[in-house]
Amino acid sequence: MSPELMNLIIQATFESLYMVGIAALLGTVFGLPLGVFLATSRKGELFAAPIVNRVLGIVVNATRSTPFIILVVAIIPFTRLVAGTSIGSTAAIVPLTIASTPFIARLVEAAIREVDGGLIETASSFGASPLQIVFKVLIPEALPGLLLALTLAVVSLLGYSAMVGAVGGGGLGDLGIRYGYQRFMPEMMLAVVVVLIALVQIVQSAGDYLARRVNRRLRHR
Amino acid sequence: MKAASMNAHQSLAIGRPIETLEAISPASAEPDAMVRFAGISKTYPAYRGKPGVNALQDIDFAIRRGSITGVIGRSGAGKSSLVRLINGLEKPTTGRVIVDGRDISALAGRELRLAQRSIGMIFQHFNLLSSRTAADNIALPLEIAGWTKTDIKARVTDLLALVGIADKHDRYPSELSGGQKQRVGIARALATRPSVLLSDEATSALDPQTTRAILDLLANINRELGVTIVLITHEMSVVRQLAKEVVVLDAGRVVESGHVADIFTHPRHPITQSFLAEVIGDSLPVSLASRIVSKQPAGGQAVIRIQVRGAGAGETVVARLARELGLDVALLSARIDEIGGQHVGSLTLGIPGGEDAVTRTLAWLSQDQFPAERLGYVA
Repeated sequence: MSPELMNLIIQATFESLYMVGIAALLGTVFGLPLGVFLATSRKGELFAAPIVNRVLGIVVNATRSTPFIILVVAIIPFTRLVAGTSIGSTAAIVPLTIASTPFIARLVEAAIREVDGGLIETASSFGASPLQIVFKVLIPEALPGLLLALTLAVVSLLGYSAMVGAVGGGGLGDLGIRYGYQRFMPEMMLAVVVVLIALVQIVQSAGDYLARRVNRRLRHR
Repeated sequence: MKAASMNAHQSLAIGRPIETLEAISPASAEPDAMVRFAGISKTYPAYRGKPGVNALQDIDFAIRRGSITGVIGRSGAGKSSLVRLINGLEKPTTGRVIVDGRDISALAGRELRLAQRSIGMIFQHFNLLSSRTAADNIALPLEIAGWTKTDIKARVTDLLALVGIADKHDRYPSELSGGQKQRVGIARALATRPSVLLSDEATSALDPQTTRAILDLLANINRELGVTIVLITHEMSVVRQLAKEVVVLDAGRVVESGHVADIFTHPRHPITQSFLAEVIGDSLPVSLASRIVSKQPAGGQAVIRIQVRGAGAGETVVARLARELGLDVALLSARIDEIGGQHVGSLTLGIPGGEDAVTRTLAWLSQDQFPAERLGYVA
């Protein structure tokens, strides 16, 4: 493979990492509190607000059921408003963030709900405030699950990022389509797929390792 | 005597068990109370097609400061609801809960959280954070109360020593045995120097030997720190070993309450009697029970069971019976235990001879205040 093509792959890899990294970060910033709220706001729970919970749940479901490629083009005006442009890697971060936030929120909700309810009662019994319960009990106890959730989100974002070529987002998926498919360069397609597989493996292994390290439940296994 | 029977009659007329009226000290008559329940009822409303539940009704009693009080009842009797009223995790539907002079049922938000720091609680399943070491679990209530790092460190070291696991400082709960986990739970509950320690079935998940050790630890803590301990349990053995006072709950009501020795030497409510039977056993050995017949075989013995209640009771009854009535009394089965310093149990005797001997024996026993019954005959 020629040095030019190698450079294309390296550049596309960095574009993918940039888009996925920032989108995962922002998705976590928005999705973590949203997920914690969804997990604690049903009737009788820590931040009980059943109606808000229901409405947010519907919004989250609606966003998650919109196909990503449609989301990308549908929110172009919003993207332009936020990023100043609707094309390029930076612009692509907007739809990626919007897609990952509800996804991360649902994963966070599931992880938080896994925490034994007895622990919430225990913390309440010695006078912990709801926020203290979130930060001192729920998040630390759910941490292994949260790390695995984030790993899953990053892997999914790598897949989504292949579609942002539609708005000139660049990245590995875009490279594979334009060179590998449209210019009939199977070796390019293969290289892109290999790089993606390697990235997913690295992300997953790192996530598994971190989750295992913070998990104190099964130390003696 | 006449007045007493009048009272009993009246109380029956208004549909409440006799025991409720006689045994309970009204909350206002107990100046030394750490916890007072005044006119408490707790109703869980109907929700999503499930009918409402009256978990507690007409609860009026006081828990003495510095005491170890057992609250015993079958599952569903309302024990958990009752204990959660004490630390404000639940609110009564009617009535007030006064803890250390303060109406905890009227507090909310920050005020309630401050009050909760003076009430510790331990749990059946320990409820330790798996992500924190033993020391950090004990530190949690102190962090929440806003203690400084230095103060927390010193306090945690003291507490680990107090509960006898100073060497487990850096161990995670998954590396501890059940008994060690509950010791961490106890240290955590005591961290903020509470005046009341609530124990919600704290030994129910432990083996008998560990249970004994944990109960001994609680007794020491009560003695040395003066902490009032409220033990919620369905196990008679826990009440017997540790509690001085007991409240028997059934179907959301207090059916008996008072000193452990009094309640269990003279249990009146069927629930109390069934709890007592768990300790002293009311069934005969199978080999004996299977031989008992209703008609006396030639040369057989009458089987008489004597209830033994009170200090030193029963120690000499067999010897005296044999000597004074001149009978070769056989001891067929015996079970005597000690509850609150009082002997409680039963003796099963074989009385040889005819109907005359049995009559004389029963007369002698009733004269000596031993409740006795004839179970039948054995060959």
